[in-house]
Amino acid sequence: MLSRALGRTPYYVVAGGLAVIFLFPLLWNTWASVGPQPGTAQESGYGLGNYRTLLDYDAGLWRYLLNSTFVSALTVALTLGVSLLGGYAFARFDFPGKNALFLLTLAILMVPYATLLIPLYVLLDRLHLQNSLIGLSLVLAMFQLPFATFMMRISFEAVPRELEESALVDGCGTAGALRRVLLPAVRPGLITVGLFAFLAAWNDFIAPLILISDSEKAPLPLAVATLRQQSMGAVDYGATEAGVVVLAVPCLLLFLLLQRHYIRGFMSGALKG
Amino acid sequence: MRVKVAESAPTAHRARPEHRGRPPRASAPRWRSRKVRGLAYAAPTAVFVTVFFLLPLLLVGQMSLSDWPLLAGDRGVNAPENYTDITDAPLFWPAVRFTLLYTGVVTVVLLGLALLLALLVQESRPGAGFFRTVYFLPSALGLASASLLFWGLYSPTTGPLSDLLEGLGLADDEVSFLGTPTAALMSTVFLIVWKFAGFYMLILLVGLQRIPHEVYEAARMDGASRAQIFRSITLPLLRPSLALTLLLCVTGSLLAFDQFFILTKGGPDNSTVTVVQLIYREAFQRLDLGTAAALSILVLAVLLLLNALQFRGLRRADES
Repeated sequence: MLSRALGRTPYYVVAGGLAVIFLFPLLWNTWASVGPQPGTAQESGYGLGNYRTLLDYDAGLWRYLLNSTFVSALTVALTLGVSLLGGYAFARFDFPGKNALFLLTLAILMVPYATLLIPLYVLLDRLHLQNSLIGLSLVLAMFQLPFATFMMRISFEAVPRELEESALVDGCGTAGALRRVLLPAVRPGLITVGLFAFLAAWNDFIAPLILISDSEKAPLPLAVATLRQQSMGAVDYGATEAGVVVLAVPCLLLFLLLQRHYIRGFMSGALKG
Repeated sequence: MRVKVAESAPTAHRARPEHRGRPPRASAPRWRSRKVRGLAYAAPTAVFVTVFFLLPLLLVGQMSLSDWPLLAGDRGVNAPENYTDITDAPLFWPAVRFTLLYTGVVTVVLLGLALLLALLVQESRPGAGFFRTVYFLPSALGLASASLLFWGLYSPTTGPLSDLLEGLGLADDEVSFLGTPTAALMSTVFLIVWKFAGFYMLILLVGLQRIPHEVYEAARMDGASRAQIFRSITLPLLRPSLALTLLLCVTGSLLAFDQFFILTKGGPDNSTVTVVQLIYREAFQRLDLGTAAALSILVLAVLLLLNALQFRGLRRADES
């Protein structure tokens, strides 16, 4: 409507201009991470000097990448596992407390991050999971549960009941029906849930900031942010920009690769949410 | 225990091939076993929700009523001291005022731009898909990554923006994007708008696409102008989506943390300290978990109230 009012050429001027504004920070940051900048490891010419700084910074880039990969993988696995079984239960079974549990799971969304992280800091200490990547993953998976459970429940509900009933009649248990018949049918939902969980875990900053005290165990966002804070006085912008690239590349690639899933999952979530 | 019972039952189905179609609810053993199975499949969710959500909620309540230093020490009940102490914190009212101001500015600018973007790319014409992807691209980044990116972008020495403004003749000197309270606020708002506009655009796009074409055609036949169509068709029918974006945007902004922690560190002169940053400072810099817990409970209460109000609005919007 608005676009028709604008006509064709003005449309491309406005949309294109906005596109330039949206792309500029990403492009500039990528250029700045390899381009010449005073006060960085890449003073002149183009090259990977800033990335080399990052490679050797504190516990080392590989360590932080490993931490981030571990936390993201475990969070995705936990989220997928719990929400697959939970979604199946909520969509297909009747049991006492079903609605209460479902509402309680959704209620996680209503509670601010900070309200939960303070007691979780104390609680994880008692469970001997403080300052541990496993503890962090458990917390991150919990924050993913409302969306994941909701998403898996509607995925299961979209599968015709006859499909699994014939499997049950053919001698499968419910677990067999889940594995052989339902799992392939809810795969799009699982991909969406997994993608969301990965992006959330990979990018999260405040949970590791509070729950991880050892710089050896920091995931990448925390490490890059600390790198910047510790170098006050002699601020190394170049290494930070390299860090942003390392952080952003997996997210952008995954998004471009799974764009369709992301948007579809997001639509069903957004509409009913 | 329950899991074991569920695992040992599958023979029950094999024995009853005659139960085709609807599950035979009349058959008591089978019915009970489905209950047990349901419980078993829901058990991991129940454990997670209990241990990492319910228990912490109870604990934060207890902490808010107790003297709770970060490091070991006296943990006696001191109610309601933590709550009465809140307003004594010198930054409390400034933080509340700033958080509200920030939320207001972000909501207006972000939702306005998101609506503009959604209207721009809603029709499928050549390039619309490309523009959608480009506008959405920053949303794939993490908030901390985006904040770090803009921290470099805003740097007066290495960032390009200062030179750009000078080159355009809009500034005669180095521009300090984070140096004054107003500049720091506006720079952060710009970052947030860049990061989230595409995300909200997508929600509004879904809403726009649910409006039936016939409604527009009928209005056009009746000779309605574009402005009239926008005001009396698009906006009202988009209300559920607008309400949802409003809810997400207000809640998210009230809980702002990463962007200020990274970009401004609360400065200059503590002018950009948000409420959640205050919680963090109470807990991990002033080492007083009790007061931090009380503040958290306060934030929770305000958000619950706000969400309840907005949900009512959302439901009304759905009905109309």
